[in-house]
Amino acid sequence: MKSTRRDAIKTTGAFATLVSLGIITQAQANAAVTHDSFQAKTLQDALKAIGGQAATSDQVSVVSPDIAENGAVVPVGATSKLPNTTEIYLIVEKNPTPLSCGFMIPAGTEADVQTRLKMGQSTNVIAVVKADGKLYSATKETKVTLGGCGG
Amino acid sequence: MADPMRIRAGLSGDTTTVRVLMSHPMEPGTRKDASGATIPAHFIKDVEATHNGKSVLKAMFSGSVSQNPFLSFKFKGGAKGDKVVVKWTDNKGESRTDEAAIA
Repeated sequence: MKSTRRDAIKTTGAFATLVSLGIITQAQANAAVTHDSFQAKTLQDALKAIGGQAATSDQVSVVSPDIAENGAVVPVGATSKLPNTTEIYLIVEKNPTPLSCGFMIPAGTEADVQTRLKMGQSTNVIAVVKADGKLYSATKETKVTLGGCGG
Repeated sequence: MADPMRIRAGLSGDTTTVRVLMSHPMEPGTRKDASGATIPAHFIKDVEATHNGKSVLKAMFSGSVSQNPFLSFKFKGGAKGDKVVVKWTDNKGESRTDEAAIA
């Protein structure tokens, strides 16, 4: 196939149109996480918003209870032993919006954060960590006795 | 104006552990009240912690973080008496800033 300048312009134009129509958001185009990323409805979309599939790494650990009695308040933490960890994301797989929170770790701060999340039902909790520009993840299953997302 | 945050910052060795408890309803915008009307979303979107004017942690939250969010993190380089300042901003544009001294 011959690639001409005209074709290049067409492709660029089409991409810009998709962005402007909101079919693909600017965030996905740049693979940078913004607040729009937190609207992702599925695990795949959430991972895409972060920047793609993450490799499982034993250097990353996610701390979440085996059984949570109250899904409205589940203590969840994540640590990474990988050097140059710059970002940590916590994903609750079966929540209506799986991507729950993200942390930007500047130099000098340890890749060790803890918070409390809501879980609608028993689910996998996934910690995705960005180190040296690459993504690594760890998964832990938590059983929820009483869901924390409904009315 | 929302209630103040409770911030504890403790030094052990060369690592400062900061624990923050924010006071916020964190409504995800998916729940319904007794009459079936959706309760509008109201949650913290951004949290930033600074130590001596240098950012030590930035966090982005969604509505799936628990009510009255708890946050704990560690950083190096703190000294006793230094101020740790935490600021949050929610999706309605409200914000609150509180500070604590490292003990």
